[in-house]
Amino acid sequence: MIEGFTALYIFMLAAFTGYEVISRVPVILHTPLMSGSYFVHGIVLVGAMIALGHAEGTLELAIGFFAVVLAAGNAVGGYVATVRMLEMFKSSKEGK
Amino acid sequence: MMSLAVDITYFLTAFIFIYGLKQMSSPVTARGGIVIAGIAMLAATLITFGVPQIHLELNINMVLMLAAIAAGSAVAYISAKRVEMTNMPQMIAMYNGMGGGAAAAIAAVELVKLASGGASHGMVIQVLAVLGAVIGAVSFSGSLVAFAKLQGLMRKTLHLPLHQFVNLGLFAAVCVTGYWVATAHPVDPDHLLWFFAIAVVLGVLVTLPIGGADMPVVISLFNALTGLAVAFEGFVLNNAAMIIAGTVVGSSGTLLTQLMAKAMNRSLANVLFSGFGSAGGAAVAEDIEGSMKEIQAQDAAIMMAYAENVIIVPGYGMAVAQAQHKLKEMEDLLEERGVNVKYAIHPVAGRMPGHMNVLLAEAGVEYDKIYDLEEINPSFPQADVALVIGANDVVNPVARTNPDSPIYGMPILDADKAQNVIVIKRGQGAGFSGIENHLFYADNTRMFYGDGQKAVGELIAGIKQLQG
Repeated sequence: MIEGFTALYIFMLAAFTGYEVISRVPVILHTPLMSGSYFVHGIVLVGAMIALGHAEGTLELAIGFFAVVLAAGNAVGGYVATVRMLEMFKSSKEGK
Repeated sequence: MMSLAVDITYFLTAFIFIYGLKQMSSPVTARGGIVIAGIAMLAATLITFGVPQIHLELNINMVLMLAAIAAGSAVAYISAKRVEMTNMPQMIAMYNGMGGGAAAAIAAVELVKLASGGASHGMVIQVLAVLGAVIGAVSFSGSLVAFAKLQGLMRKTLHLPLHQFVNLGLFAAVCVTGYWVATAHPVDPDHLLWFFAIAVVLGVLVTLPIGGADMPVVISLFNALTGLAVAFEGFVLNNAAMIIAGTVVGSSGTLLTQLMAKAMNRSLANVLFSGFGSAGGAAVAEDIEGSMKEIQAQDAAIMMAYAENVIIVPGYGMAVAQAQHKLKEMEDLLEERGVNVKYAIHPVAGRMPGHMNVLLAEAGVEYDKIYDLEEINPSFPQADVALVIGANDVVNPVARTNPDSPIYGMPILDADKAQNVIVIKRGQGAGFSGIENHLFYADNTRMFYGDGQKAVGELIAGIKQLQG
């Protein structure tokens, strides 16, 4: 169980990490990076699965189903789009 | 035992996500970064079948779960594979909105449980669930509107009368209903319904008046918001992987949003709360010295073929005309003749920062020939020719010279400092901002009218003739 201040500490440290990791990225990678970070919040799939897993009754099941569909779309779509974009980046030193 | 395996997997997932994002900060390692992040995501998804809340038996929950994963993945996989690079930004916006919607739906499941008499996990958790719900719902509906706008399904920006006051009212309504939902136990189902309905409408109305050119900033903001919503729901579900990944995205997305807003020389508040041009947009009739001078394809081709340094400045017009492949072809021809060709990309060229780079990469342009603003600006005075294709406001020198101009202070590409400037442009109209571009009237500027792709095709033909 993550409680009170421990949770707050995790939140703070993760926030700084995100800020630092991105702050040195060249502009040319911004679009793939954005799409990559979209993919990362696809981790919401895990939460959606848990929500659907312990859902009871029609309404909860329906919303849970909706959550998992959306989350799976977020994760898979984000991944495929990012990889497609990154595959195109070539340097003049390689592959010519 | 199982729960230990779950914890270890989530821990490694969080670590690999951060490492993967770090890898993505260089073009050389970027691909490896996303691939290991993908593997981590897969592992986290699989191990989630082992958490206590999910019963590993073939009940209705499990059937629905497998069906939902299959359906969501299939649709997203096919759409992501098929979408054209020009349309990538809105597709990415869509995936982002889906994440926000999922976060909101998770909150909905938990809150519905509370409404039907489930045990409360304490006030703090309930408040976080509500916060995640409203942020996720706004990000969801807002991203859908952003998608519709960028896809061209919704051309006009829409203003309601007293739009900002309507938004303010809705925001207040979300706060009030959210407060009711967050503090009640059991939760009133009617309040819950109103709460979600108003949050979704708020997302739509916030996004509607924002113009297409500002959309990247908004999409990036929604990315940060979705991350935050995911983190909040992570607290609700007591899931560390969600908290860390969500927070990392939330903060990095905020930084990215700020960088973008700065590149456009506008504050975030300005983007969100005022349509461009409505604020002090009375076009000042000004006297411009000189006139627009036209150039023919053959002359332009000669100019470039005998140049030493050529800098190409592509803008959104290039993306619309799909001229990137032709540009690459021309670059190759010029390089055969010993011309040094570089590309200069303004941070907000295209529909998303870096979108131009993706399009040029698609055409096979090597990324080490593409320079951003700070790197390339000192090179313009040494360039014999600056070829501006489909760009306008980002090369307008009034941003440097005229303090009265709405774009004054915006960092621009100093194309006007090149020896000669060739502007490929469809017609004589002003740019997105509606401001006359003094570059077009400068003595060293020649205008080459035509569709981007066709115009570059003519240049290629012209250069080939010289060799023939």
